Amino acid sequence: MKKGIFAVCVFLMGSSALLGQKYFTKDGKVSFYSDAPMEKIEAHNTKAASVIDAENGQMEFAVLIKAFQFEKALMQEHFNENYMESSTYPKASFKGKIEDPGKLKLNENGTYETNVTGDLTIHGVTKSVTTPATFTVQDGQVVGKAMFTILIEDYGVKIPSVVKDKIAKEVKIDIESQYLPMDAKS
Amino acid sequence: MMWRIQVVLLLAFSAVSDAYGQDTDLLSLLGNDDVTEYATAAFKTNRVINLHSLESTAGGVLDFKINHRFGFINGGPYEFFGLDNAMMRLGFDYGITDQLTVGIGRSSFQKSFDGFLKYKILRQSTGKKVMPVTLAVLASSSLNSVKWADPTRDNYFSSRLFYTYQLIVGRKFSDRLSLQLSPTLVHRNLVATRAEKNDVYALGAAGRIKLTNRLAINAEYIYVLPDQLGPDYHNSLSLGVDIETGGHVFQLHFTNSTSMIEKGFITETVGQWEKGGIHFGFNVSRVFTIVDRTKHR
Repeated sequence: MKKGIFAVCVFLMGSSALLGQKYFTKDGKVSFYSDAPMEKIEAHNTKAASVIDAENGQMEFAVLIKAFQFEKALMQEHFNENYMESSTYPKASFKGKIEDPGKLKLNENGTYETNVTGDLTIHGVTKSVTTPATFTVQDGQVVGKAMFTILIEDYGVKIPSVVKDKIAKEVKIDIESQYLPMDAKS
Repeated sequence: MMWRIQVVLLLAFSAVSDAYGQDTDLLSLLGNDDVTEYATAAFKTNRVINLHSLESTAGGVLDFKINHRFGFINGGPYEFFGLDNAMMRLGFDYGITDQLTVGIGRSSFQKSFDGFLKYKILRQSTGKKVMPVTLAVLASSSLNSVKWADPTRDNYFSSRLFYTYQLIVGRKFSDRLSLQLSPTLVHRNLVATRAEKNDVYALGAAGRIKLTNRLAINAEYIYVLPDQLGPDYHNSLSLGVDIETGGHVFQLHFTNSTSMIEKGFITETVGQWEKGGIHFGFNVSRVFTIVDRTKHR
């Protein structure tokens, strides 16, 4: 009987760990590319925080706007000061759900193509976004990748007419994050 | 008895897993990693008007400065209110790192060469590391290369040299308002009379108010402590606007100082605002990225 209780305990602990398992990253990579006739702009952020709940497919993502690194310091300053107004809107975030979380087995090696849908908040404006995403599982590590395009004007970022040839209306966003299992106790 | 324990355990575990599963704010699970956030862009460029601002040139960036001061407005219509004349300074500032800036310049006024070193000691920040102010130190020197007024007397090369040491302490109080103080020592190897001091102490105060993302107004005043300069010299007062257009910052201003280097505008300002001894002038700053920052790190 005691063995029975022990077995039940182990089973319960194990299953709760698997079902409720969460994966996280604190150094996800987010890059964006603006490809305008006059100037190509790109910036990289390697400090994105994200958590995936494998049980229900919920995921969240957040980046500090000031942590985007540009090739040109002045561009970085203008990005923060004039366009993103990062002292007022310090973060961009995403809160959404992975389609068919049942199919996605983050505890089994493999590659999974799926869609992610949710709310993307940039510059204080929230829009619904759906993007294809790929999850690659290798020995407990999960690499999530997604690429999508947004319209700058959708997020209320104003571009003065004098620089309209230097900044594309569309910005491509490229995400790559390496997730690790979160310790269930933490 | 046993089955009761089992049920209790079962309930307890399912409650735990439920609590986890229903978390709506997943990111809060990561805890609050405090990061240090540095204040940026307290001023649009590394000068307020004449004074150095608390900002430095970013690492790997070259800032080409073209500064003009037209003649005094009280020259009247004959001098086209000063626009017939212009003094200028051409300069290059380079950010060796985000903290250390070096610069050189040449002014038509007094045919001066100048150079400076500027180092940011403290950076205003919030978050993990809290620092209420930015503190920078500036050392500049200049060489007056005008031919000697009296070549018959003993003239020493050292008499052509001037040195300025300045602390810049300031704070970006809000997105709109930045203020700074600049206690300064100007050392002049040669002065005209015994009454004038070789070492001149002064206190500069400057600020900017940002009106829009691309437009700001600036003001600076330099108070020279009494009984150090001759009677013809006055405190420097300058008012201006900064207009930013992509890669350029245009600074348009009115100032009673003719010189655009520290020892000049602090100790040799002859214009008087109340008598129209005011120059219209501008600084143009154009930056070039020499070192790619993303590779730099």
